[in-house]
Amino acid sequence: MSVDLSQDYFALFGLPRRFFIDDAALEAAWHELQSRVHPDRYAHLPDSEKRMSMQWATRVNEGFATLRKPLSRAQYLLELAGVDSGLETNTAMSPEFLMEQMEWREAVEEAREAGEMGELEQLHHRLRQHAREVLGGLAHQLDEARDYAAAADTVRRLMFVERLQHDIDEALEALEE
Amino acid sequence: MAYSEKLLDHYENPRNVGSFGKEEDGIATGMVGAPACGDVMKLQIKVGKDGVIEDAKFKTYGCGSAIASSSLVTEWVKGKTIDQALEIKNTAIAEELALPPVKIHCSILAEDAIKAAVADYKKKHQD
Repeated sequence: MSVDLSQDYFALFGLPRRFFIDDAALEAAWHELQSRVHPDRYAHLPDSEKRMSMQWATRVNEGFATLRKPLSRAQYLLELAGVDSGLETNTAMSPEFLMEQMEWREAVEEAREAGEMGELEQLHHRLRQHAREVLGGLAHQLDEARDYAAAADTVRRLMFVERLQHDIDEALEALEE
Repeated sequence: MAYSEKLLDHYENPRNVGSFGKEEDGIATGMVGAPACGDVMKLQIKVGKDGVIEDAKFKTYGCGSAIASSSLVTEWVKGKTIDQALEIKNTAIAEELALPPVKIHCSILAEDAIKAAVADYKKKHQD
């Protein structure tokens, strides 16, 4: 068993290179590969081969972590397509979008300060629904339209949504304590 | 990692937090966001008839460095003309607050917020 380190992650797991993937197939392929390259299997072999197996196992786990989450999978697809998602450099989001983000953040902050668990849960629910819609749009942009510039914009938006989700979770945890 | 005293001061006692009333004259707003960390920053300037920035306010949802950068910028733009304000560079912000390398993007966000606010002002006062 060996792993071709130059293969992209989709090829590594035998999946088509697209955003919409079969989660179960990814998980099955990961388990299969993981058990084949597990360092325990190489324990009795020379150090050079142990090192190789460590590299393979790392590659397999990194690939799984990247493909498993929709947002990192989308970022990876853009990277493979040679498109800069502009996460570090692009601060010019549409004003309407940023205003909406500001309002979400204010609502979370107010609910947190007032100890409104129910309100936070509702925000959490609304945001999840919103994220699902945006992910649906992203699947279309990446797999059907192949409009990578639009997909990069959506990925940037989702970064804010993810952060917001994190803030809401944190606020809920803080209130539960 | 130790943060500078100036940074902590701006973070703990942020200057000019808030928003101007919608009906006030000479108000322009710059909204920017950093996708990498999900920070959102709103910078408002109040520009006098002579083109000098009289006052500024900000609201930032983000890390301490982002809050400190925007707080600092509200102090720096006051008394400057809008064109002078455009000369404020992120490197100066980063230097003043001694931002660690991983937080440089916060100073870039603050610089972009000034640019966005000035652009909004110019758009509203084209004639």
